[in-house]
Amino acid sequence: MDFPILTTMMLVPLAGAILCLFVGKDGGGAARGIALAATLATFALGVMLWANYEIGGAQWQFQESYDLFAGFSYALGIDGISLMLIMLSVFLMPICILASWESIQKRVGEYMAAFLFMEVLMIGTFAAQDLFLFYIFFEAGLIPMYLIIGVWGGDNRIYASYKFFLYTLFGSVLMLIAMFWMTATAGTSDIPTLMQYDFAPEAQTWLWLAFFASFAVKVPMWPFHTWLPDAHVQAPTAGSVILAGVLLKLGGYGFIRFSLPMFPDASADFAWFVFILSMIAVIYTSLVALVQSDMKKLIAYSSVAHMAIVTVGLFAYNVQGLEGAMLIMLSHGLVSGALFLCVGVIYDRLHTREIERYGGLSINMPYYAVFFLLFTMASIGLPGTSGFVGEFLSLAGIYQTSSLVALICTTGIILGAAYMLYLYRRVAFGGQVNEDAAAMGDIRPREWAMMVPIAAVVLWMGVYPESFLAPMRADIAVLDAHISASAPASDADLAAGSPREAAANAVEFDGEGEH
Amino acid sequence: MDFVASLVLVTPELQLTAAGLVLLLVAAWGGDKAARGIAIAAAAVFFVAGLQLIGPLHTGADGPDTLGFGGLLKVDSFALFAKALIYLAAIACLVVAPGFFNSAAAGEERGMRAEYPVLILFAALGMSIMVSANDFMTLYLGLELNSLASYVLASILRKDQRSAEAGLKYFVLGALASGILLYGMSLLYGFTGGTDFASVRAGLEGDLSLGQLFGLIFVMAGLAFKIAAVPFHMWTPDVYEGAPTPVTMFFSTAPKVAAVALTARVVFEVFGGQVSAWQQIVMFTALASIVFGALGAIGQENLKRLLAYSSINNIGFILLGLAVANVAGASAMLVYLFIYVVMSLGSFTALLMLRSEDGDLYETFGDIRGLAVTRPVIAWTLLIQMFSLAGIPPLLGFYSKFVIFDAVVKADLVAFAAIAIAASVIGAFYYIKFVKVMFFDEPAGVVTGKSGTAHWVLLILTAVIVSPLGYLLTPSLTDLADKAAAALFITV
Repeated sequence: MDFPILTTMMLVPLAGAILCLFVGKDGGGAARGIALAATLATFALGVMLWANYEIGGAQWQFQESYDLFAGFSYALGIDGISLMLIMLSVFLMPICILASWESIQKRVGEYMAAFLFMEVLMIGTFAAQDLFLFYIFFEAGLIPMYLIIGVWGGDNRIYASYKFFLYTLFGSVLMLIAMFWMTATAGTSDIPTLMQYDFAPEAQTWLWLAFFASFAVKVPMWPFHTWLPDAHVQAPTAGSVILAGVLLKLGGYGFIRFSLPMFPDASADFAWFVFILSMIAVIYTSLVALVQSDMKKLIAYSSVAHMAIVTVGLFAYNVQGLEGAMLIMLSHGLVSGALFLCVGVIYDRLHTREIERYGGLSINMPYYAVFFLLFTMASIGLPGTSGFVGEFLSLAGIYQTSSLVALICTTGIILGAAYMLYLYRRVAFGGQVNEDAAAMGDIRPREWAMMVPIAAVVLWMGVYPESFLAPMRADIAVLDAHISASAPASDADLAAGSPREAAANAVEFDGEGEH
Repeated sequence: MDFVASLVLVTPELQLTAAGLVLLLVAAWGGDKAARGIAIAAAAVFFVAGLQLIGPLHTGADGPDTLGFGGLLKVDSFALFAKALIYLAAIACLVVAPGFFNSAAAGEERGMRAEYPVLILFAALGMSIMVSANDFMTLYLGLELNSLASYVLASILRKDQRSAEAGLKYFVLGALASGILLYGMSLLYGFTGGTDFASVRAGLEGDLSLGQLFGLIFVMAGLAFKIAAVPFHMWTPDVYEGAPTPVTMFFSTAPKVAAVALTARVVFEVFGGQVSAWQQIVMFTALASIVFGALGAIGQENLKRLLAYSSINNIGFILLGLAVANVAGASAMLVYLFIYVVMSLGSFTALLMLRSEDGDLYETFGDIRGLAVTRPVIAWTLLIQMFSLAGIPPLLGFYSKFVIFDAVVKADLVAFAAIAIAASVIGAFYYIKFVKVMFFDEPAGVVTGKSGTAHWVLLILTAVIVSPLGYLLTPSLTDLADKAAAALFITV
């Protein structure tokens, strides 16, 4: 395909961002319009991208490469994994703009510009095919996110923005040094080539650790997660949606794109390290979530727990684990984003995130309660919702590698049900203890427009995950074939049976009669 | 080498000299009324002199043809690159000066003095000589011409106490540094029997004697003073804070380029055979500059002081490139210098635009609170400059760190690179404090004054270069820097 669709997808929001910056102080309405138009146009391009993506075709599609810079090249291209994550980003973006429609009243132009820049960078990160181009997009996201938290955030926004910025910066600079070493050794910064390159095992250890420093902070894994609750709580609603929906996926994407294929031996060596951190994360952050009194903080901690199941699935070294991890990432992007939107809806009305200040919302906000319930169930992983498919696959994957890890992570799912249902009971059920909460009106058309698309996709992914798995299947198979040789030892005692002589449902056929 | 060919080599310097002398006379007869005209003339001379550098820069100049005056001067690609940067910085500093000196910011002595452009001319002439020095005598000549002009520039606001203090401090410490340098040079002369770089290098072959080692260390220390690298950096914050802002802008750009270029030339051409003797010194200085530059800046309230520490921090990164001691490192260093000069010009121009209604200049954090609301363009350009100085992609400042660390890692100094890059995160703290104050805090609303067109043009121009668009410059920039760095390693 000759039309540079990936570049176009980045240029559209970029143009929107620059326009938004210049609408001036009184151009709030114009900025909102521009931002919504730009994100919808990008989403339309994304749909075109998906429609034109050839499942089972070449591994890398829509490739573009221009020699614009010295030292690295402007090379874009996607496989199924990138495609799905790009779709997630462009799908959530218009919803974020809608979520900020009324709640952001000061410096609207700059706010919208920051979000549109963010979209450019997210698409770029997932589409980059050059190591350094990836780093530039990956790291550049700090600037708009720092501004979003710092300017439009809550009371303790300054602390949260500093913590977010310095934590993530420190994580990624070491990765940059590793990238230099890799390009010097392999002689290229082309990601597809590097994915096939075999680094010496002892070098892999250091490289893996350097990349881990960056991705573990982004995911975030326990104990590198402490920036997340602060950043989530202080960020405006749409900021939390983007953080939870897409930015956390950068870490998982990093593992699946870099750590696993490029350093398979080191990844296997460190697999138990990752498992232990993930097991602690699942149990510990779930327990922490259980005692939160702030809704956003509760969901933030639940994100850490869910992402731990992603990392477990990734390092399970089998197809189920990898597919499950990818599906959890997509599902968590939608569901936690939607949960933050649910918090945002009632926060806009009452301006508090304290759980105690609500109660009995299903009486005065029935539609809201339905959506909230759906997303709560999806977060728990109820069959029929998107959460179930991913968690099931991921746990099935890890069960083949270690039944202990599977056991503990499944306990996390039970705890997940506990804190989510407990949250839901306190907010939506029970009596209407607070008068002001009881007086809140149900969701308005704008909020319907935010909730319905996410709910539809959550159900779609729960009922027919094949649509989302199909583009990724070939890429995950390639990855699995590449890394399976160095898989960590499995505790599953698989005895190979002898094949039956005939199929189990074979019917003896004596050559007579009709078919 | 015949005399005419030598004179042809130094045409730009001859033009600067002639212009400096003529404009000095004009200043003497015309007085301060002629200041504006003199500034324009000086900028034009820089421009013309700079234009002549473009041709040889592109074709590349090295080898015996570049030696002039019997080996006293060497006008190779490296010198040309440095000179081009110096002239660019000088033009910028001339352009912003009238707006500063003709306003209330200049205090009692309102009105630009006619000597200012002339002094800039002479300082730049001195730097031109410094960067093309091929002999310790030439080196010292250029260095002192530059320094003497700079001392006067620092205290050009005679009735302003801070400016006078800055001038005095700069003079005393600068003279001390010159003395140390001179002492080192005399030791080297005594122990090797020559003052030209080639014969000193030849004399240093084999194991270093104690006297030679002392000479080397004294020379390095003197040079470290001039580039304001830790542990010889103490004068920088005071001088930067006290000097008038256009002069600070000049100090943080042109003399830095000249001194770094000079240091590179000395370590590669004179001590090129003794890499192990100086490499660890440069490594220590580089790391110490990065760390102290970052830590020192954290507590600062005054923006000029903060940028002084930032320049120390940046020198650390430049020295990283030097410490690599190969062509790639030297080339990375030159790319870094270019980007650093652009970022410095941009940030100081933004500082020069922080004016009150009556034209007085603001220079503390308290004054720029909420600048994004009151003066969004200045705030956004300053944001670009600060994130760029912090090395956050996609701004051009990232590219400068990119090339440096690429060279360091390729030279197998991975641990060194890891420590340096981790220390750079400390620096990010105060750069993002700039952004925090301008964007997150409630507006102080004191910055209300208008600025001239020259300031706006320079502000926007530097911001555009530093923005991601600047990456389009990188192929040609790298090409020129590679040629310049290669010239440094050809021993004639």
